Amino acid sequence: MSKNIKFLGLLLTLIIIFIILLKGLNVSKDYSNEKLKSKIDFSLNAKKLFSDEIINISDLFDKNSPSVVNIWASWCAPCREEHQFLMKLKDMNINIIGINYKDSPKNAKNFLYSLGNPYSEVITDNDGTKSIEFGAIGVPETFIISGKTNEIIKKYIGPLTSENLIEIKNLLEENA
Amino acid sequence: MSNYLGNYSLYIALIASVYLIFKSYLDANSENKYLDKNFILITSIQTIMITVSFFSLVAAFVISDFSNETVFNNSHTLKPLFYKVSGTWGNHEGSLLLWLLVLSIFLFIFLLNSRSQDTKYKLLTILFQQIIISGFLIFILLTSNPFKTLYPIPSEGLGLNPILQDPALAIHPPILYLGYVGTSIIFSASLASMISGNIGDKWARHIKKWVLLSWVFLTIGILLGSIWAYYELGWGGFWFWDPVENVSLMPWFCLTALLHTVIVLQKRNSFKEWTIILSITTFSLSMSGTFLVRSGILNSIHTFANDPSRGLFILSFLFILILMSILIFFFNQNKISNTAKENFILSKETAILVNNWFMMFFLSVVLVGTIYPIFLEVLNGSKISVGPPFYHNLLIPFLIPFLIFMSFGPSLKWIKDKLKKFNYNILIIFLVSLLISYVILTKTENSFLLSIPLIVLSIYLLLVTIKDFFVSRSSISQKISHFGFSLLITSILLNGLFSNEFNSNMKVGDERIFDEKVVKLKEVNVKDVDNYKSLKASFEVTNKNSSFALYPEVRIYQQPLTITSEADIKTTLFSDNFLVFNILKDDGYYNVRYQYKPLMIWIWISTIFIGFGGLLSVIRKNEQKY
Amino acid sequence: MLKILKLILLLYFSFNFSYANEINTKVDQITKNLRCLICQGQSVYDSQSDFAVSMKLVVKNKIDEGKEEEEIYDYLKNKYGEWIVYEPELNQNTFLLWSIPLILFAFGGLLIIRKVSIK
Repeated sequence: MSKNIKFLGLLLTLIIIFIILLKGLNVSKDYSNEKLKSKIDFSLNAKKLFSDEIINISDLFDKNSPSVVNIWASWCAPCREEHQFLMKLKDMNINIIGINYKDSPKNAKNFLYSLGNPYSEVITDNDGTKSIEFGAIGVPETFIISGKTNEIIKKYIGPLTSENLIEIKNLLEENA
Repeated sequence: MSNYLGNYSLYIALIASVYLIFKSYLDANSENKYLDKNFILITSIQTIMITVSFFSLVAAFVISDFSNETVFNNSHTLKPLFYKVSGTWGNHEGSLLLWLLVLSIFLFIFLLNSRSQDTKYKLLTILFQQIIISGFLIFILLTSNPFKTLYPIPSEGLGLNPILQDPALAIHPPILYLGYVGTSIIFSASLASMISGNIGDKWARHIKKWVLLSWVFLTIGILLGSIWAYYELGWGGFWFWDPVENVSLMPWFCLTALLHTVIVLQKRNSFKEWTIILSITTFSLSMSGTFLVRSGILNSIHTFANDPSRGLFILSFLFILILMSILIFFFNQNKISNTAKENFILSKETAILVNNWFMMFFLSVVLVGTIYPIFLEVLNGSKISVGPPFYHNLLIPFLIPFLIFMSFGPSLKWIKDKLKKFNYNILIIFLVSLLISYVILTKTENSFLLSIPLIVLSIYLLLVTIKDFFVSRSSISQKISHFGFSLLITSILLNGLFSNEFNSNMKVGDERIFDEKVVKLKEVNVKDVDNYKSLKASFEVTNKNSSFALYPEVRIYQQPLTITSEADIKTTLFSDNFLVFNILKDDGYYNVRYQYKPLMIWIWISTIFIGFGGLLSVIRKNEQKY
Repeated sequence: MLKILKLILLLYFSFNFSYANEINTKVDQITKNLRCLICQGQSVYDSQSDFAVSMKLVVKNKIDEGKEEEEIYDYLKNKYGEWIVYEPELNQNTFLLWSIPLILFAFGGLLIIRKVSIK
């Protein structure tokens, strides 16, 4: 009797392990923190790209409505790719704050002069520490941040696509 | 041409396998006294076919036959011949073919080597081994055929990851596989002996050779992997608790336990069921290793092709094998003649049980640490990392009782030992080790609680194992392996305690003062070598009264574009000076990492001792009485 | 019950002797326990990638601000999830991870006591 119980117990354990490993095969191995909704510390100071003026980043955000933040660099090829979509967002009257990641101000300005400037304001992040405050892993990344709670509502890792545009517009309206 | 040859010989081998499975199953149920001659014949045909298949793949690599997809994906005409050959098993398809080759060769050797064994036992071993072989054959033919052809034929291959172009890594997989596959023989043989009811001291003597052999190969295989990580990865460590490393360590713990248990079975004819359980577990762990590594279910430094269909196949196959062995175990348990003997607390039997106890604990830490993240992610979606701190925290405290136990366990007598009268030698050795530890520990500022007993005990054990060479009656192979083990622990602990390093950005001409040494970057030379561009730096390290030069290198490979850092290491008997540099974005500056690693070479040497002890035991036929 | 166990385990693991000696500064110690998220199995300490270089700076800044090691881990876990730290903290998710080996060890000990006659 106890032998049979042992046997059945072992069998059951085995089947459970089998099912879990089977599911494990189909779980994506890629790390992503896209779903994490952390809070941003608004007391950070940053330098503006165009005026060299140092400001507190809370000044850039509208307290009552969500804002879009985009991390980019002139040396990053996917950023060049997504730029047209940022311009479209601008045409939709959406307020975008740019964070210029580890870039030379000259190259960054040239980039915006030649491709157009979708940002209402661009701040610089020479050492990459501000991007870490936003939980970024690389460039480009785009965030929708609530002005009320300072929380990240939505995060896009990698370049934006045309499908994202409508989603962003809807999200902004929902959270307004 | 070689593609067809390789492919079709695999099909012939599969037919042979199917034939042998049926034939051995039928014969095992009849009462034949002798093994049909056909078995040796068909098994040799199968082995030859698989060998042909393997060497036609080697040939395709050597002549860079890019009509073969595996060669195209993993080789390049500019590669040195040695790495073309080792490229054969440096990829998924080829490595499986190597597994298969070793599987069939081992079965063949097993048949030649067990003439005196019972026929039914031999037939059943063939049956189980052929089930494994056919599983691998079907796996290769269905999901990982190394002989897929390409048309039109590309003119150049995609190259092999340069990080894999290293002599230690070229021979590391074959050696490791010899260990893994050896455990398959132990698995098949123990199931066979369970059914045929011949498990006992005679069988133990016969299977011990295979246990020892697999264990030696596994030990050396792990060592080579570790040496590769140390010299090639350029992070200055030799063990990272990376899942792929852990996967080779798990069967090692289990096999070490089995190695000891099988001796009890041989000398005392007990622990029968436990021996079978360990045999099954060891092989399951070897197979799970293949599953975990090849399915891409793990997050690891080591990159392997991810293909869920492969993972699905190995997983199902693994579970069929485990299920089969559980069924066999439970339905044949009554065949084990229960000669339960009393185990006394002071006896070699108990000592070996305690050894097994610790081995199983170490195994459980590594196993849980490796697969827990997978389970957690499936069950509730959270992704966690289980890194070195976890393993250190759980393993190191348990080393203390383990070291104490190991200092007297091996010298206990069988059946029942007496508490000896107070032994002054032991006291002297202990006092000496206290003294040595005191001298060592005063040299380091850092003193955290556990390092003191650990150092004292490891040195004590080292001295005891040296003493045992002169007084103990145990076998010389055991003395060597145990001495190797205590040396390994001592070296790892001292290495961990006294390692020191700095990490700094330097440009040519810069100096850094570190630990009474001056490290100067003199120059960086750029030149083109075979298949890469080389940046060779020249450093000068000046000590109080001596100086030496180090030439680390950065290699930029074009096919595929990869940058590797080759550390330069100055090795002496006492310490390694390890220097590695990287290119930074800012022009002119290099990131330099200098590490002082004491007793590094002794970590390798002691592991060789451990393996050598085992090898000696395989070779020596009429081993010891104790 | 769970809380007491947790406390015992915490006390036990507070002997954090991991790599203590190698570590010259607190930054090194912390960054060795952080995974470089864009690298293959490297720690932030070992990597020279953009992400790792910035991360080292962030850790340094936090220490200069007077933050404790645990606070820095919490801060980063909040941004990047538990995946970023190599040493899994003891919580509901990881309770079994830390305790299964210890339970098995105790269980093994009981088995041995049953098998061995003490005379």
